[in-house]
Parts: sequence; structure tokens; C-alpha cells
Amino acid sequence: MAANFKNPVVRWIDHRLPVFTFLHHEANEYPTPKNLSYWWNFGSLAGFMLMVMMASGIFLAMQYTPHVDYAFNSVERMMRDVNYGWLLRYIHMNGASMFFVVVYVHMFRGLYFGSYKAPRELLWQIGVVILLLMMATAFMGYVLPWGQMSFWGATVITNLFSALPVVGEHIVTLLWGGFSVDNPTLNRFFSLHYLLPFVLLGVVVLHVVALHRFGSNNPIGIDTKGPQDTIPFHPYYTVKDMFGLGVFMIFYAYWVFYAPVTLGDPVNFVPANPLSTPEHIVPEWYFLPFYAILRSIPDKLLGVIAMFASILVLFVLPWLDRSPVRSGRYRPAFKWFFWMLVFDCVILTICGKSPPDWIWSPFAFSISPDVGQVGISIIAMGQLATTYYFGYFLVVLPLLSIFERALPVPLSISRPVLGAGGSHAAIAQSPKPMEKL
Amino acid sequence: MSAGSLILKGVAALVGVTAVLFVAATPYHGVHVEKEDWSFQGFFGKFDRPQLHRGFEVYSQVCAACHSLNLLSYRNLQEIGFSEDAVKEIAAAVTVMDGPDDAGDMFERPGKPSDHFKAPFANEQAARAGNGGALPPDLSLIARSRAGAGFGAHEGADYIHGLLVGYKEPPADFKLTEGMNYNEGFVGHQIAMPPPLAEGSVTYADGTPATVEQMSRDVSVFLTWAGEPNYENRLHTGLKAMLFLIVFTLIAYAAKRKIWARIH
Repeated sequence: MAANFKNPVVRWIDHRLPVFTFLHHEANEYPTPKNLSYWWNFGSLAGFMLMVMMASGIFLAMQYTPHVDYAFNSVERMMRDVNYGWLLRYIHMNGASMFFVVVYVHMFRGLYFGSYKAPRELLWQIGVVILLLMMATAFMGYVLPWGQMSFWGATVITNLFSALPVVGEHIVTLLWGGFSVDNPTLNRFFSLHYLLPFVLLGVVVLHVVALHRFGSNNPIGIDTKGPQDTIPFHPYYTVKDMFGLGVFMIFYAYWVFYAPVTLGDPVNFVPANPLSTPEHIVPEWYFLPFYAILRSIPDKLLGVIAMFASILVLFVLPWLDRSPVRSGRYRPAFKWFFWMLVFDCVILTICGKSPPDWIWSPFAFSISPDVGQVGISIIAMGQLATTYYFGYFLVVLPLLSIFERALPVPLSISRPVLGAGGSHAAIAQSPKPMEKL
Repeated sequence: MSAGSLILKGVAALVGVTAVLFVAATPYHGVHVEKEDWSFQGFFGKFDRPQLHRGFEVYSQVCAACHSLNLLSYRNLQEIGFSEDAVKEIAAAVTVMDGPDDAGDMFERPGKPSDHFKAPFANEQAARAGNGGALPPDLSLIARSRAGAGFGAHEGADYIHGLLVGYKEPPADFKLTEGMNYNEGFVGHQIAMPPPLAEGSVTYADGTPATVEQMSRDVSVFLTWAGEPNYENRLHTGLKAMLFLIVFTLIAYAAKRKIWARIH
């Protein structure tokens, strides 16, 4: 429906190019479920982080020199001599971590509330594409400062592709632009690191288009039934997002101003040296679960396959979980397995960080190289955790779809929100039959 | 929210926080680093100016014989309270190669404040040749690259101090390689650098007695500053940013309450 704009210039333009009608429709009156919890803030936060990364990155690129002889010092020059260069760089390097924090929460929210289920399967899959693009971008960005971990991380990760039969070696040569990680590698990584965020932006647009087709899922996981279930996006969710943004920015600013290098590896303050390998080569924290999965399989090729499969399995998730109930709130068994998955990812993170031959004594809560103590080796722990990770998607969810008895689901959103107190107990005792989707 | 899911969320949150702390706080491998008190720690931390000056004296009178400080310029010393004239004098004490001039010849001239700190050796080979094969690392980022990635800038200083006072007699069963020195603050406890500090190695301009402990602490602070000259600037800006964000968030919260009151 065409909005009635007061400003004649806006009206004139809108008649010929209906951008204002479009914005009004998609960002203002856009009907949104009235019961979204704060877990729904993380989508807009992810969009915010993409903007922050692109804006800060463009200015960093003005000061950066993509050459093996100058890259490290050009970054240090930013930190020391460029006005507020240190701030831009801390915003950008911690921004990568914040982007992943936000996106991981966003994904777990989708997993818990069944946001991947029909009719939002494509929306979810586009989200997985966004994750893959983010990972590629973050990996290449980490190489640019050309510190020790940049160099050796790039060496280890690009070498993974050599495990692929026949084409492996060719892919590695192509990635390197030669026969080792060197200047051509740095040049192409810089170029791609600048390119991929724009591709990412395009995919984000698709993500939002797909989202607006059916609108947001909600904590109850049932479809909106009419205007009584929805509120306009503006001002209700714009202001709620604004508040969430404030809280998030305080968290973000803590890292930027008070612990700017804590999430990174100190070894990256040593310039890259191809002749000296660091004692432990560890990726950034947001890659640790995948690194643990890679290492938990003794065969290199199978390890690489498992690592990629851990993300690719998300593409088929909508068809692995056949339960008609979306929200984990009404799935008494599912929610336990879900929180175990969260726990499992934490374990994988710790395993990815620790040297594989170290011993983990969970009860003493220590991880040490002391083989004498009672515990389980990091590699074995990683194997257990990897098993559960795949087990959750490939075994638990399909079986739950068959055997789980879901709690009764409310008939509509406005009942629990406007009804007697709207408490969880009241919904659970509701005599209404479970909704079939 | 049922009690069960509350407990689940509590456990998950706890595990998450522990994991972050663990991942963030893996200690520097194999060395126990004693935690010291430094004036620059905390939200309102500040470097002690006289201590920075003393630290610079330790660097220039002792460390600079072997270690470069490539990322720093003489003009940076003005940021820690040296006067413009003092910086000019410090810079002019070294001779740097410049050129080519109009005739195409390289020439030597006294250093200027805009010059980077002059390195003691022309290149890596010369440095190794002068130090029995070992390469004295550049100290510009030594505090940052040796930190255990914990919360705060103090770890680099802790590490440097631990190493400088870590020279001990090796235990009887310790096999020390020829030409190496035993040091409890270094990975593997063997370091090529001989003990650099001895009582009175430095003559402090402010008359502070030059004990090993004193010199070690002073130079640790100086090198922490050298690793991040914008450190204090960062904390000041952070304070302002935090205050702004807290006010912004409170206003946003009030607005949210007010607008949502229409439908509650």
C-alpha cells in the first residue's frame, strides 16, 4: 500500500521511484510478532557489525600496505602515528570477534526456536552462506598484519586443501600464488578481504528479503494469525533494537578500550618469520570448535571433510528435524539436547585451544601437559565432543522428530501475551490441542 | 521459564564464561610469571613519568648496546615528558646515514627528533655475529608479544621483570648448554643473553639507587609504554566512550519502556 508522504519532493520521487514506499513498507509498518524476546536483537546487531567492519576497514585500508616487507610496520604505524588509528584498528580486530559472538548467538537462537523450519528453510540456508563468507573474510583479514600467527595460520589452513585428491595441490598453489605463503598470497588475500564483505552484504540483502517473505519466527514458534498478533516494526522494534545496541556496544567497548588484544594471540606482535615456527599454532577463538573437529580425526583428508561437514550439515538441518513444533519451549526432550549442544561447542572450543596431547582433568578443572594425572587427553575429549556435535544433527534430531511428545502449543500469539498473565505455566496447562503446522 | 531450563541456562552461562576465561588466560608456556603491581593497571591507570624516564635511561645505557627499538622515534619521548630541547639533544647524540645529496653521495649527520631510534647493529647478520650467534630481538613490541593474552597490559611488564630478575644459579641436575645462562623467567630456563643488569649498571639522573630490582621494574614499564605509546590515550578515550554509551543505553531503555507501554 502506498504511504501518504507529506513532503512534496518525497512524493514526487516516490511516484517515479518508489523507494520511500518500499522503506515504509519494509522498515516502518512491517508487521512483526509482538512477542519477540531479546534473543531477536542479534539479527540487527549482526547487520550493525557488518557496517562497523566495512566502515572501519575502508579507513584501515587507506593506511595499510599489502607487502610482506611493509605490512607489519604499516599496521604498527597506524597504531602509533595515525590519528586515532589505534582506535580504528582495535574496533576492527575486536569487531571480528564481536561479529562472530553476535552471529553465533543468532544461530543458536535459530536452533532453539526452530527458525530453520518451513517455510524459512532458504532463509536459514542463506544464513549459513553468510557464515561461510564471514569465516573466509575473517581468516584472510587475520593474515594481513603479517605477524607470526598470521603467517603460520595461513600456512596451516591453506595446506588443508592439499589433502583433497587430485586437485588439492593445484588449489593450494592457486591460493598461494606460488609455492609458499609469500607476497602474492598476501596481495590476493588483501584483495579478497576487501571484496568478500560486499558479496556478504549482497547475501545479507537476500537474507532480509527471505525474512520479510514470512516475517520473523517468535519464541512460541507459531505463525502470526492476524493483526492482533503483530506490531509495526517501527517504533516498537527499532527502539528495542536501539536499547539492545546500547548494551551490546558497552560490551564491545570494554574489549576495544580495556582488553584490545586479549582475544588475539600475542605471538602476532612478532613479525612473520618463515624460518621460525611458533610453539603452538592456534586459530582465533571463533574457529576453535572447527579446528578441534579437524584435529579429532587422525586422517588429514577425513579431518578436512569433517570440518567442512560440520558447517555443511546445517544446510540440510531443516530436513533432519522433522518435528512439527518449532519452538524448543514446547519440546521437553529437545531442550536438553540443545543445551548439551551449546555445552558441546564450548568443550570443542577449549579442545581447539589446547595442545592435543595435554590432559584434561574435568574435576580439578585443569588442563596441563602432565601425563601422570587422572583425566582424558584433549584429543579424546575432542573426539567425544565431535561425536556429539554430529550426533545431535544426524541422530538426535531425526529420532526426536519421531519419539518426542511435545507439550501443547498455544493457539495464537495474542493469547499468551494478552491472556491471563501470559505465564509459561498457563500456556502449558492450556487444553488446546497441539497445533499442526 | 521452568526451574529446569533456568538451571540449564545457568550452567550454560557459567561454562561459557569459564571457557572465555580459559581461552583468554592461557599462561605463557612453561614459565611461571609472578604478578606484579604496576601504576598503569586498571581503568584509571597512568604511567609514572619519573619511572618512564628512568626506564629510558636503563634502555639507552644498557639494553641499547644490543637491542634495537625500531618502531619508536626520538620525538615519541616528548609524549612521556621530555622537553623538545632534551629530545633534540638525545637525537643529536647519534649519527645517522642520510642521502643521497645533490651530488649523489650518502652523508652522515646528527640524528633528528623525527628519526627512528638508531639500531645498534646494521642488520641481523651483524647482530648475530656480535652476540655469539644469538639475535637480540627488537624491543618495540616485546611487552606485547610476550604477554599471556590475559586481561590487561601488565602481563608484558610482568614477563620482562620476571626475566630480568630471573637469573639464578642452575640447579645441580640442570644441563646448561655452553654459552647459555640459567634464567627462571625464560622458556626452557636457558637464555643466550648474559645477565644485563648489575647493581649500579645505570646512573640515574634523579639519583634513585640503581638496584637490579629498580632498574628491572623501570625498564619493564618503559618497554610497556614503548609497545603501545597510545596506552593512556586509549584508557582516557575509553572512559569517555563508556560514559556516553551508558547514558545512551539508559535513554534508549527509557524510550523503549515508554513506547512499549502503549501495548502492554
